[in-house]
Amino acid sequence: MDTPFVPPTAFAVPGRISVSSRSASVWQQALITQIRRETPAASTFRLKVPDWQGHLPGQHLMLRLTAPDGYVAQRHYSLASAPDDSGEIELTLDHAPGGEVSGHLHTVAQVGDLVEVRGPLSGFFAWPGDRPALLLGAGSGVVPLMSMIRHHRRAGLTVPLRLIVSARTRADLIYADEYGDETTAVLTRAEGRLHAGHLAPYLGAGQPEGGWEAYVCGSNGFAEHASRLLVDGGQPVDRIRIERFG
Amino acid sequence: MTNTTSEPSLTSQPAAAPEPATASAPTRGFTGRARAADRDPRLPPGQYDARDGWPVLSAEVTPRLTAADWTFRVDGLVARPRTWTWDEAHALPASEYRGDIHCVTSWSKFGVRFGGVSLDAFLAEVGPSATATHVVAYSHTGYTANLPLADVTGGRAWIVWEYDGEPLAPEHGGPARLIVPHLYFWKSAKWIAGLRLLDHDEPGFWEQNGYHHRGDPWREERYAGD
Ligand SMILES: Cc1cc2nc3c(=O)[nH]c(=O)nc-3n(C[C@H](O)[C@H](O)[C@H](O)COP(=O)(O)OP(=O)(O)OC[C@H]3O[C@@H](n4cnc5c(N)ncnc54)[C@H](O)[C@@H]3O)c2cc1C
Repeated sequence: MDTPFVPPTAFAVPGRISVSSRSASVWQQALITQIRRETPAASTFRLKVPDWQGHLPGQHLMLRLTAPDGYVAQRHYSLASAPDDSGEIELTLDHAPGGEVSGHLHTVAQVGDLVEVRGPLSGFFAWPGDRPALLLGAGSGVVPLMSMIRHHRRAGLTVPLRLIVSARTRADLIYADEYGDETTAVLTRAEGRLHAGHLAPYLGAGQPEGGWEAYVCGSNGFAEHASRLLVDGGQPVDRIRIERFG
Repeated sequence: MTNTTSEPSLTSQPAAAPEPATASAPTRGFTGRARAADRDPRLPPGQYDARDGWPVLSAEVTPRLTAADWTFRVDGLVARPRTWTWDEAHALPASEYRGDIHCVTSWSKFGVRFGGVSLDAFLAEVGPSATATHVVAYSHTGYTANLPLADVTGGRAWIVWEYDGEPLAPEHGGPARLIVPHLYFWKSAKWIAGLRLLDHDEPGFWEQNGYHHRGDPWREERYAGD
């Protein structure tokens, strides 16, 4: 048919993968097989999803809870686990005070309970492991980025991968024991917030050949701040992907 | 933006036929904050009331775009393609949207007030061709969203620059954005740069990334296949 219309504008960020509409449209029962505390405010929920079609690091799903009278609440959560063939996936949730869905999962849900999920969704924030990636995350925004790091390790990839993760204190740092040389942690209560100096070693002369694909994830405030720092540091806007948790 | 052909397509699969809707199974111990009985009738299924909150959900960097740099173009299948500057757009008859908005990530916001100009006023000046059936809305960032022409005409879509009487904040699409409030809000392109009228439907950014082509919140058209 006609060639697709490409707007005459700058900064275009292409999607990374095309998404299966089948897996995106079907709700599936997911069995909670494990609940692990990560920090005082965050826990990881391991789910057995019999018909999980696989995912790429960076993708998210939608989780749904249903009350006896049919009332439903649904929220998006990033996949924390690397793609594997275990038939199980992991999510890591912050306990939002007063939060309807995260509150239920943190205070009521137990191993053996069923919830419903659909996904994986959205190919935009996915990282197939093909290009050098510079990851910036804050709080639970590190969840999809950790999936990328786990994938990188599991698959033995050599493509450059760097993570800068921001948390208030070390106790608030999700997955603290799992980070390696690829990670710089910025503990904001002690050091103040992420600044240009944290990015400087990786931008300009510090870039890998062909430059980085940058992935930014967290609250909107963090996403605005971190993406500005990247742009000011010379990272092209069309090589910055942002996932905002709201 | 639409250049996905140069990208690896690792999980590319042909679109499958829609699955039958799956009924929700009750979740042990979940009662829900909002009881179904006192659920606000303005709330579409699967949505919650964000009240004073207004989450920001754009995939790209918020552009540094000033009113002086902003332009809005309508072209494609029209008699007289045209580009408006900020001042020219403001010279059109002012129009307001008061009502609700709904985001696919599950929040809705009631009783918002956007000030700008009805899209009908822009379209009247360019003269859409009888063959035009769809539009691609695109932003100054390169973001795109597809819409049937019928969804943006007849007083159902606006170009807006004010929120609640104040200039629209950059992270919410300021200086100007499209709003199509009867569809999920990803259709309401921020930092709107133009509309191209077409005689066919052409998926935009999120539609290529797995989202539904139309996005009616009352029918829960969230993802492709819904
Ligand atoms: C693509 C995407 C991926 C995400 N991935 C993750 C992830 O990996 N991990 C993660 O933890 N989160 C993630 N989120 C955020 C997540 O979707 C939820 O927004 C979050 O868990 C809060 O939901 P909730 O139901 O617990 O809280 P909600 O009930 O939605 O409440 C949110 C906040 O608003 C307040 N609030 C809401 N309603 C009221 C009310 N009526 N009265 C008073 N206060 C109120 C609550 O106190 C709470 O602090 C993601 C979001 C997106 C869009």
